[in-house]
Amino acid sequence: MLPQFPWLSLVVWLPIIGGLAVIANGDKHPEPTKRLALAISVATFVASLPLWILFDSGTAAMQFVERAAWIPAIKVQYYLGVDGISMPLILLTTFITIFVVIAGWEVITYRPSYYMGAFLIMEGLMVGVFSALDAILFYFFWEAMLIPMFIIIGVWGGPNRVYATIKFFLYTFFGSVFMLVALIYMFFQAESFSILDFHALELGLRAQILIFLAFLVAFAVKVPMFPVHTWLPDAHVEAPTGGSVILAAIMLKIGGYGFLRFSLPIAPDGSAQLDWLIIALSLIAVVYIGFVALVQQDMKKLIAYSSIAHMGFVTLGFFVVFAILRETGSAEGAAFGISGGMVQMISHGFISGALFLCVGVLYDRMHTRQIADYGGVIHTMPWFGAFVVFFAMANAGLPGTSGFVGEFMVILASFRADFWFALLAATTLILAAAFTLWMVKRVVFGPVGNEQVAALTDLDRREALNLAVLAAATLAIGIWPKPLVDVMEPSIQHLVQQVQVSKLPAEAAAIDHDATVMDLAAAHAN
Amino acid sequence: MSFQAIDLFTLLPELVVLTMACVVLVLDLYLPAARKDINQLVSFLGLLLALAAVGLVGASYGPAPTLAFGGAFVRDPMSDLLKGAVLVVTLLAFAYSARYMRERNLWVGEYHVLVLFALLGILVMISANGFLTLYLGLELLALCLYALVAFNRDSGRGAEAAMKYFVLGALGSGMLLYGISMIYGATGQLDFAPVAAAAAAGMENRILVFGLVFVIIGIAFKFGAVPFHMWMPDVYQGAPATVALFLSSAPKVAAFAMAVRILVDGLTGLGGDWSDILIILSVLSLGVGNLVAIAQSNIKRMLAYSTISHVGFIFLGLLAGTQHGYAAAMFYAVVYALMAAGAFGVLVMISHRGFEAENLDDLKGLGDRDPWLAAMMTLVMFSMAGVPPLVGFMAKLLVLQAVIDIGLVWLAILAVVFSIIGAFYYLRVVKMIYFDKPIIDAPVDGTRDARIAVSINGLSMLVLGMFPAALLSLCERAFAS
Repeated sequence: MLPQFPWLSLVVWLPIIGGLAVIANGDKHPEPTKRLALAISVATFVASLPLWILFDSGTAAMQFVERAAWIPAIKVQYYLGVDGISMPLILLTTFITIFVVIAGWEVITYRPSYYMGAFLIMEGLMVGVFSALDAILFYFFWEAMLIPMFIIIGVWGGPNRVYATIKFFLYTFFGSVFMLVALIYMFFQAESFSILDFHALELGLRAQILIFLAFLVAFAVKVPMFPVHTWLPDAHVEAPTGGSVILAAIMLKIGGYGFLRFSLPIAPDGSAQLDWLIIALSLIAVVYIGFVALVQQDMKKLIAYSSIAHMGFVTLGFFVVFAILRETGSAEGAAFGISGGMVQMISHGFISGALFLCVGVLYDRMHTRQIADYGGVIHTMPWFGAFVVFFAMANAGLPGTSGFVGEFMVILASFRADFWFALLAATTLILAAAFTLWMVKRVVFGPVGNEQVAALTDLDRREALNLAVLAAATLAIGIWPKPLVDVMEPSIQHLVQQVQVSKLPAEAAAIDHDATVMDLAAAHAN
Repeated sequence: MSFQAIDLFTLLPELVVLTMACVVLVLDLYLPAARKDINQLVSFLGLLLALAAVGLVGASYGPAPTLAFGGAFVRDPMSDLLKGAVLVVTLLAFAYSARYMRERNLWVGEYHVLVLFALLGILVMISANGFLTLYLGLELLALCLYALVAFNRDSGRGAEAAMKYFVLGALGSGMLLYGISMIYGATGQLDFAPVAAAAAAGMENRILVFGLVFVIIGIAFKFGAVPFHMWMPDVYQGAPATVALFLSSAPKVAAFAMAVRILVDGLTGLGGDWSDILIILSVLSLGVGNLVAIAQSNIKRMLAYSTISHVGFIFLGLLAGTQHGYAAAMFYAVVYALMAAGAFGVLVMISHRGFEAENLDDLKGLGDRDPWLAAMMTLVMFSMAGVPPLVGFMAKLLVLQAVIDIGLVWLAILAVVFSIIGAFYYLRVVKMIYFDKPIIDAPVDGTRDARIAVSINGLSMLVLGMFPAALLSLCERAFAS
């Protein structure tokens, strides 16, 4: 292959170096600093466009590969590349960051340069996570993300921010260190830290199950899955608007991405053994968390719980593949589930991001997020009301919006696996409609709640532009998801092939399997 | 023992430090109180010359070990790197010290002399090739440190700390000597190579193992590993912050050298025995260090317990008993020394006349008072917690890798669990710095030397974390034989 322009490195390091420049610029002249931050975020988005334009959607192989020795003594490489799974997520990241910068424009008065700089650094690190093909490099970006997020929530967050940010940090740190141990373990099997070499690695069933569990802890905390989701509502409630947007729109996706990049291809047999666990947790997230969302008094908390329920859909789509393969043997059906999960991730990025921006708009005016403090907002903020209703509908999965596409695909795929999975999953259509629309009813409609609401002013140009662009993106994917699905298609096909092939060492497979069956039987007997 | 002039060249770094210490000692007599900064300049010069000497000697001998004085003294890639590291750390320590010591009327030549002699002890320990040389270096170091801990003679707590340190230190040295005497009794040798040969010759090793246990107690005492850690929190708390800075960084590198020289060079044959003991010491250190640190409100004590937990990690690398493990432990020791210097350096800088920064609350609002210093402290804290992209993560990664390599996955898991617990108290410091409002608003040390030192120290966390390859290859080279 001809040496090509290092687009990925550019998208990773431009915002990081730019973010440091923004911080160095300081707060003596906030306006130019903010403009610099905006320019960098837009430039990063533009720099990420070639990843899409030059992307060859006919192959599952890694593209835009960059590879160089980083720490030769332990064979760690600076190894970047994208496929159809990671490329859309990178674009989502660079796209959403622009809105985060704009959303903080006037609201953030305390050290705006630090705020914007931290988000830009986050952006680079998140792109790094999505593009790293070396396990240590991946871990490097994955953990480094915690530092700016820790500071963002802790400095610009709400009243209980310190508790929330320490909880956020420790939860995610706890999740990831086990992954580190698993990665090192695999290094000694594969003699390499390349993730693609891990994919090709033969592993016994016991090892696969342990590795799967180690990854599960890491990714489940990030997604977050029931029962390790409790950090998310806290973090969301306390985070500034931009922090919530990044958390919901991108950081949660990193967990889902981890399942696709690590768990499924590295430990397919382990995943197949434990898929019931993930499916059960996903369905609990969909149904139980849906009910929890119903009773929330705080808008941000409600959307946070809604995010957990929607992410339950994502993990359901990813792990229902094993049931589909067992029941029908249809690789196509399995791919459908994963595609559905991916579309749901992208779509949730737009919708939840937009909903948090909406809450931010209200919070900036009234400094409360309690549903009870509002009512009849539509009378004073008609444009805003229209946007809220639109995004609420999208969140509830209205056909024509992107929210529908992903959920529909996942439900269809679940039908192939088991009727009951599909039935339980489909309750989300009712629950999501119930909790979102009920919130909309109480906040947006009805008589004007109090004098403060009566004094509200409608969206300014900046806010309207933000929401309009996100609405357009939501509609675009809802009406015509084909380009997105096509880009992902070969990579997902490849992934399904990977999970279909057992990675157990040939001679040990039978024995190991028997041993586990006996272990399980013994456990039942007890 | 035959003496050759060429031996002196091998000793060049030690000779430079000795000479400069003597120069300061004499020069100080003629300096008026206002001109004590000249001591600092001479010391800087001496340290830089010693660094150059390390480089020169290293370059002219290359990777093969060089013996001097009939095998009592050895120079090899390991000693070159460790000497370089302690010299750099000492440079930083001096740079941080100036304002703090001057404000307390402690800015006298003796400070430089004692630190330089302690440094000399460390250099001798690093290059010791036999129990006798090692012990000489150790005692030189220890005596200087006792005096340094009590350096502020008006401070009751300082005197108490020095007394504790002295009594327990003497006990530790006694244990070590007793162990050495056992090993001497069993093998009839004092230099490491003959001891190793005798131990490998399949002799009855009960006495040898008996001696080994006592020697390890001595090592654990110098490191401050649990259960021989009791002195550290008190000594750190009682000593002047600048002394605590030196005490928590450079001597740990010396302790590492001592452990490698004795265990790896001298008692390789008993690898199975000592690695089991080290497992216990390291698990205890990780546990006690991290858990007790949470309960501390005094930041010096917190850092003492944090040191204890880092020692646990260094032991993890050593006990792996592989080249990679030793290299990882060495990487960790060097990185740890830099981190400790940075953390204490910041404390020194925010202390001022009549006020010791030692409670966690004293760090509150540092982000507002001095953003740059706050950023450096944050880098150090995240590095200690082991979060990438800082070098503390790389150090932990290498050590874990070494442990998993020998199949002790459970030990690696235990270590990461404790490092999660540890992350909490480092985070709390960052929380104080950025999320809380200041309760004191005294000016922070603005002297040029200290600011340069803290910048180098903090940024080195980031730079070494992102580009660890060079330092790591030096560490690997030290054990590639």
